[in-house]
Amino acid sequence: MNAKLYASIAVVITGTILLYAVSDFPAFGDPRSPANAGVAGGAPSASQYYIKNTYLDTKVPNLVTAVLADYRSYDTLFETVVIFTAGMAIFAIIRVVRRDDSVEVPADPKIDGDHHRIVVGITCRLVVPLVQIFALYVIAHGHYSPGGGFQGGVMLGASFILLALSTSLPEALSRFGEDHFMKLACLGVFVYAGFGFLPMIFGRNFLDYGALQGVFMTKGEEMARSHGIFGVEIGVALTVMSVMFAMFANLSSRGRLRGGL
Amino acid sequence: MLSFFKEAVAPHFNFWIYVIIMMIGLWSVIAKNNLIKKLIGLAIFQTAILLLYVSLGVKEGATIPIIDQHAAELAAAGDISAINPDKYANPLPHVLMLTAIVVGVATLGVALALSQMIYKDFGTLEEDEVLGKIKALHDDV
Repeated sequence: MNAKLYASIAVVITGTILLYAVSDFPAFGDPRSPANAGVAGGAPSASQYYIKNTYLDTKVPNLVTAVLADYRSYDTLFETVVIFTAGMAIFAIIRVVRRDDSVEVPADPKIDGDHHRIVVGITCRLVVPLVQIFALYVIAHGHYSPGGGFQGGVMLGASFILLALSTSLPEALSRFGEDHFMKLACLGVFVYAGFGFLPMIFGRNFLDYGALQGVFMTKGEEMARSHGIFGVEIGVALTVMSVMFAMFANLSSRGRLRGGL
Repeated sequence: MLSFFKEAVAPHFNFWIYVIIMMIGLWSVIAKNNLIKKLIGLAIFQTAILLLYVSLGVKEGATIPIIDQHAAELAAAGDISAINPDKYANPLPHVLMLTAIVVGVATLGVALALSQMIYKDFGTLEEDEVLGKIKALHDDV
């Protein structure tokens, strides 16, 4: 049990050092803290700029969506690439591909003999479409209410995972198979990067959606940015949805994509 | 004791909680022998950091970072002072942590896939047993 003793000593020392520094931090909820208002006498913080100017720049009331997909869209592009890479890494690590990999025929979808699954099966069949519609709403309404591509994408992925858990993995894979989710994961990154390259055709910077005014046929550059953010969010949602379901399908069936939980 | 809580802990309770949760995660990463328990520790560690960042963006008396429609219309009409930064929570930590949560789930998936392969090869997820088997393999060669 020496490892636990040494671990406790290391943790207590580290925790004490961290707590010693806590007294120098600003109080909880202080609107004048450096993170919220900038350093006293210095320049205002980035968040102040975002709050004051985001609506004027992009016509998007939800600051989180606008900062995520416009001001910091390089960051989000490569976050999406990280998720895509994680999906590919899981595929490379545990996917077992056989030459005679025939598609497994899902069990008869009629609910008959499996009595313990009747309530769960019927309930989930009713709930899954609602979850998906709500997920689409979360993606599309991310400009005006809490939401966006990441949240909606995770909900879409969760709806397929719910289907796989309540019926069976082959049943879920027959609706959203491996060839589909691998392609959609690539398509999501492609859509995002494509919206980045489009402004370059008009001679502007990478991911500068304001240049897409002519493509979206909007009145001003602000509205074009708003539509550009929406396009980018769709790309994020596609990648996140596909990778979430790919992760579940591969992990729950040990890379065989048959049987499963 | 009570005055210590009032002066040192209460105004900074978010930082105290983040340190405590972070140390729980760190302890399980160091002390636990099972790889899955180490991953759970890493997830707890990450949660502490998410909490720290989101708590930094809190402002007393502020609402969610979505511009009020009335204020937005006034600002669009040219009244710059219509949007008061003290009325909205800091959006930047939310943006950073929103992506961090999803990326955390994706990397956790990779870690679980790796531990599945370790279990397939060694038949165990206990760290010392895995290390012993690797050592035995090297001794054979």
